[in-house]
Amino acid sequence: MATLEIQGVQKSFGATKVLHGIDLAVADGEMIVVVGPSGCGKSTLLRIVAGLETATGGRVIIGGQDVTLREPKDRDIAMVFQNYALYPHMSVYENMAYGLKIRGLPREEIRARVQKAADMLAIAPLLDRRPRQLSGGQRQRVAMGRAIVREPKLFLFDEPLSNLDAKLRVQMRAEIKRLQRSLGVTSLYVTHDQVEAMTLGDRLVVMHGGVAEQIATPLDIWNRPANIFVAGFIGAPPMNFLAGTLLPGGTGARLDAGFEVGFLDGARVGPAGTRLTIGIRPEHVPPAADGPLKLTVDLVEPLGGETLVHGRVPSDESLTARLPGSMHPVAGAVLALAIQPAQVHVFSGETGQRLDR
Amino acid sequence: MAAHGTTAQGVVERSLLGTIGIHGLLCLAVAIFAMPIYITLIGSTHDVDTVGRGDVPLLPGAYGVENYVTVWTEGGGRSFRVPVHIMMWNSILMAVGITVGKIAISLLSAYAVVFFSFPGRMIFFWLIFITLMLPVEVRIIPTFAVITQLNLANSMTGLIVPLIASATATLLFRQFFLTIPDELVEAAKIDGAGPMRFFRDVVLPLSTTNIAALAVILFIYGWNQYLWPLLITSRPEYETIVVGISKMIGNGDAQSPWHLIMATTVLALLPPVAVVVLMQRWFVKGLVETEK
Amino acid sequence: MRRRVIFRGKLLPYLLLAPQIAITAVFFFWPAGMAIMQSMLREDPFGLRSTFVGLENFAELFADPLYLGAFSNTLVFSGSVAFFSIAVGLFLAVLADKQIRGANLYKTLLIWPYAIAPALSAALWLFLFHPAIGLFARIIRGYGVDWNYYINGGQAMLLVTIAAAWKQVSYNFIFFLAGLQAIPKSVLEAAAIDGASETRRFWSIVFPLLSPTTFFLLVVNLVYAFFDTFGAIHALTQGGPAKATETLIYKVYVDGVVNLNLGSSAAQSVVLMVLVIMLTAVQFRYIERKVHY
Repeated sequence: MATLEIQGVQKSFGATKVLHGIDLAVADGEMIVVVGPSGCGKSTLLRIVAGLETATGGRVIIGGQDVTLREPKDRDIAMVFQNYALYPHMSVYENMAYGLKIRGLPREEIRARVQKAADMLAIAPLLDRRPRQLSGGQRQRVAMGRAIVREPKLFLFDEPLSNLDAKLRVQMRAEIKRLQRSLGVTSLYVTHDQVEAMTLGDRLVVMHGGVAEQIATPLDIWNRPANIFVAGFIGAPPMNFLAGTLLPGGTGARLDAGFEVGFLDGARVGPAGTRLTIGIRPEHVPPAADGPLKLTVDLVEPLGGETLVHGRVPSDESLTARLPGSMHPVAGAVLALAIQPAQVHVFSGETGQRLDR
Repeated sequence: MAAHGTTAQGVVERSLLGTIGIHGLLCLAVAIFAMPIYITLIGSTHDVDTVGRGDVPLLPGAYGVENYVTVWTEGGGRSFRVPVHIMMWNSILMAVGITVGKIAISLLSAYAVVFFSFPGRMIFFWLIFITLMLPVEVRIIPTFAVITQLNLANSMTGLIVPLIASATATLLFRQFFLTIPDELVEAAKIDGAGPMRFFRDVVLPLSTTNIAALAVILFIYGWNQYLWPLLITSRPEYETIVVGISKMIGNGDAQSPWHLIMATTVLALLPPVAVVVLMQRWFVKGLVETEK
Repeated sequence: MRRRVIFRGKLLPYLLLAPQIAITAVFFFWPAGMAIMQSMLREDPFGLRSTFVGLENFAELFADPLYLGAFSNTLVFSGSVAFFSIAVGLFLAVLADKQIRGANLYKTLLIWPYAIAPALSAALWLFLFHPAIGLFARIIRGYGVDWNYYINGGQAMLLVTIAAAWKQVSYNFIFFLAGLQAIPKSVLEAAAIDGASETRRFWSIVFPLLSPTTFFLLVVNLVYAFFDTFGAIHALTQGGPAKATETLIYKVYVDGVVNLNLGSSAAQSVVLMVLVIMLTAVQFRYIERKVHY
């Protein structure tokens, strides 16, 4: 068990810069999820930590030791791959034992460790099988087992669930969480799936274009997204954005959609008329007879427990509202919605950064 | 009708007559293919006079055992007498040597070219590739000169080593190595396997099918070598059987001990034909894939 | 062309390459270089001195009626071997590809001749066609033909062609069968629905689809006939009678080993190298095209 520190890690492939200096400190036993759209550099970051890729700049420190220049095998890490990467010609047992065998552990100890991990993952009956005789979920477990038996300082997960079907994914997600908790191994987990990120991570790193946009707990990120990208990336359906300008005194915003919202948490600094972007999540625009927000309905998605309504506001900006399942507006209708003032997020219209009081 | 269902599901239902015709033609082809072997096999069981008269028996004679024992222990050409057991052994050594040698050096060089990055990688690759264009027959005289200078004429080394470098096997392995997923290499790196360990524990076991297929092809290639052994062996103890038969025939004198030559031919055919028939699946795979 | 993930290692890759490179250098490049050098030298009758003569050996070669004879023999021989073995191989593959009972058995019974060395194939056919002991020789003579390939050059050429083509039929059969089995059945079914007869379907659909295979086999068979058939000729006719079956490769052997005319033999080797390189280049162009399709 150990801490992980990533200090100013940069990576370029030729002239293309894919990581612009990432800093991250992971506490002992903590599970950090790196989340972001494809191409944001999250996998590269993970591979640099693993030692499979060499950083162009910066340092990687595991358990207090600078491992930036070390080979993967000398970093005391274990990794679970997206496509499992099991050795096709070895049995499940041999797959799990291989790393230990190379490290020269005594036979008995290898047997004990593999058995223990297999029990933990409920794959003990499969130990003699070959990977091709296993289902996707079983292969995933074996891949996890291979990581667990090593008892490493650090677990690395590279989108381990993305090859599984939806139901299995939810199940394995819970299992990974439980295992990580009980083993208490520091973990770095990469995914593009925000639900996975929210449920698994003690803290998240939201990445975009080779930059860590925000590093915080899932709820912090949900409640106080650092910028428009994070606000739009976390949450489904995503947060709505409406353009507006700062009112004199910074106490609220005048929206292009034709009404004003006040800032309950305090005034923002800046000259009146400054361009702003106001963010409001779909669940925070409840229907209200006298609501100022007039939504012309385009598309209705009844989900049973709730109804998603997509439409346009008078400024021709699109907006999605999450309404009670009992409501079924028709396309073309105009709905009156309120805005819960306590749930308003304020971003700079220029930089997209969050503006706090 | 139901019983025919599986056999007659061609594009268009074929008439019974058509089917018989196809069987007839194929049987004829098989018969023509087998004919020379049959005549040879029968001839090898008769005595010298029966065969030499040109009677061409079509049924086995009484001298089978005697003839085979004679060629196996003493040999039987008119002016060339090397026991078949010596020639067979030499042929086996040569064929196995070429097979093992080619596979070994090709596996290693393909591994280097695929799994490493080093200065001159492409130059080496092309050096190997270019040898595709230089079959041994083309450079036979100068290669012979090299062998004499190295004092390797009349030796197993001289028979085998010049024939084990070839691009085909290297290219086949290279092609296969390129299909090994990157993640497998990465998993092995994290498990702590270095390049040679990965080669031994992962690459070799995964290559067994390809190795087997190639081994069949190369064994036949090695067994059937002719010009090279003809050139560099002049002593009976290094004689191989394919060249040996040609020497037994000599200038085709009618007075030759044909029955013994036939027996020797049958023995010379057995190993490669057995390999092809018994390992048909590997053989076809190896053939079709090495030539791609 | 290249893996993303590789191992680090400075010396190791060179060590791995060393055996193959060493053998290639000693037994491929050195001799090839020697051949090119020697082809421009001429030795005195006692082999004591050699003088540089430039391209004279080549000029002499192409002025030598014997060499030109070997050239035309090679063309006739290779052309016939390639044509017959491809035609018969294709015919048999088409038959065996039909869905009939025992197709696999036929397959096994048709591919084994591939295992037989050209020299052994020659021996087998010799037993059938030998003027004194051969069954076929007798039958042919029964029809009033004076069969004796030891005297008649045309007959000798026919016999070496049969012996050389026979085993190659199996090779072509294997490739054509693989090619036929790769043709999607739906294409043939569509043609059948369009009302094309079986023969017509073959010539208008199957044969064009097999053309890459056919072209590939043409090159391979030509290379085979150029070089690998040495054993068949050596065992059957030794280039005779009166050089009627002397091919280019056989002449290299005779001039270099029997007559010890090293300069000429080396020049002939160089000509052969050029021929192989040309054939290989043709094949690569075709492979390249195949990749683009």
